Amino acid sequence: MTGPRYIEGVATLRLNANACTGCGTCREVCPHGVFGHDPGKAVILDLDACMECGACALNCRETALSVTQGVGCARAIIHSWLTGEPASCDCGGGESSCC
Amino acid sequence: MPNCPEDLSGRSPVTPHESITLPWEATPECASSCCAPGEPSPCCGAQPSVEVDPPGYRRWHFVAGFLDTPVGRVPRIKNRLELPDRIGAALVRLGIRRGRYRVAPGLYAVGQPGPESPVLVTANYKLTFDALRKELPGLKAWVLVLNTRGVNVWCAAGKKTFGTAELVARIHAVHLDKVVTHRRVVVPQLGAPGVAAHEVKAACGFRVAFGPIRASDLPAFLAAGMKATPRMRLVRSNPWERLIVGLVEFANERKTMALLTLVLFLLAGVGLDVFSLARAWLGLWTGFSAYALGFAAGNLLTPLALPWLPGRSFARKGAEAGALAGLTALALGQPPLTTAGMWLGAMVAGSWYGMNFTGSSTFTSPSGVEKEMRRAIPFQVAGLILSVILWRRGIGGYLL
Repeated sequence: MTGPRYIEGVATLRLNANACTGCGTCREVCPHGVFGHDPGKAVILDLDACMECGACALNCRETALSVTQGVGCARAIIHSWLTGEPASCDCGGGESSCC
Repeated sequence: MPNCPEDLSGRSPVTPHESITLPWEATPECASSCCAPGEPSPCCGAQPSVEVDPPGYRRWHFVAGFLDTPVGRVPRIKNRLELPDRIGAALVRLGIRRGRYRVAPGLYAVGQPGPESPVLVTANYKLTFDALRKELPGLKAWVLVLNTRGVNVWCAAGKKTFGTAELVARIHAVHLDKVVTHRRVVVPQLGAPGVAAHEVKAACGFRVAFGPIRASDLPAFLAAGMKATPRMRLVRSNPWERLIVGLVEFANERKTMALLTLVLFLLAGVGLDVFSLARAWLGLWTGFSAYALGFAAGNLLTPLALPWLPGRSFARKGAEAGALAGLTALALGQPPLTTAGMWLGAMVAGSWYGMNFTGSSTFTSPSGVEKEMRRAIPFQVAGLILSVILWRRGIGGYLL
């Protein structure tokens, strides 16, 4: 079930296993199969598949997960470099949007 | 009903002078074909009063009729796409009227839903709304459209416009608790970056069931008692889908193209002989050809061949596609320096647009994109400068 691969060793996703209650929500919301399940605990199986969308961390009621959420969009990042605003899907293009 | 703005969902204001086609105004074909005995139809004048649109409003073509519910009339939407939907989709893919391609947020009905029917949450980008409704033939469901300002579910979730606050507010605004007896809403899985299920439950009592990524899996998901298979939870793209989302760059880059035309013309025209119109034209078409090859490489070839282009970095994949497409320059019969400049230029443009395709892909992390950008941009700048020097020397009347 290996999907497309991107640049490795950069994902900011962290799991605090002590806080995890094993509810399984992270595994349910992750679109890239990053999580697996030890009995009663979540485990990060494939950190390099993480695209930092933030779904797991937002839906972790124990706040056992943390990730620097953002958009993996070069144009948004350039916009944020130039303006100092956070990178978002708007591209700063008023009515138009890049995604 | 008159005080509740939600009742007007699905209709847009028009000028009072514009004629409103009333559904029961029988056309000759209609009168002869649909009045079979035992089949009451709205076009035969049998039950006219239910279908009157208020003055000044026109119904959307995708609204088949209205359903009376405890919270007022709810538009019943068609589950098949029609010509206006297809034309709208084609235009919006090319970037035309993209920011305004929206439907009114609120509650809609599919089929003849009842108090037990599932509630499917979606965004008010019409392309998203259409992608959902076309997958629902034969189903009875409520569709709750959130106001994402015309942005698709995944992008809007990243910005939290498809988010916990909007979902809770919309559930209250449509009085969903009076429409359905259960307390569950189906939110697309790609809405999870914006919707915290446990917070929705705490705020309004509705439990969030994360549905499949693709609307086409919804029937199977619902039939299985709201259970998704592992495959339904993984986002994948195919070459055709990637190609389609790359097309929008044709509209996005119009200003760049106009500016480039001017710059190439001037750069080529100005020389030791002050200005040569013939050389300006030569520079314009050779330079723009190089750009166009790179543009096609980055925005069409890279998306199509994404998994097969070597390397992880999109800038690299784009450069490879550009190097390939740029070989076309060899066939244009220009001197070696010009040809070399064109080839390199196509590679740089391919790399740039390939890198920008990260925003349209389904698996790039911001940390990864930033890392590849810091590595690639110096090469792109150096390549651009070198390609311009080669091209300019190649077309003569040395300026550089």
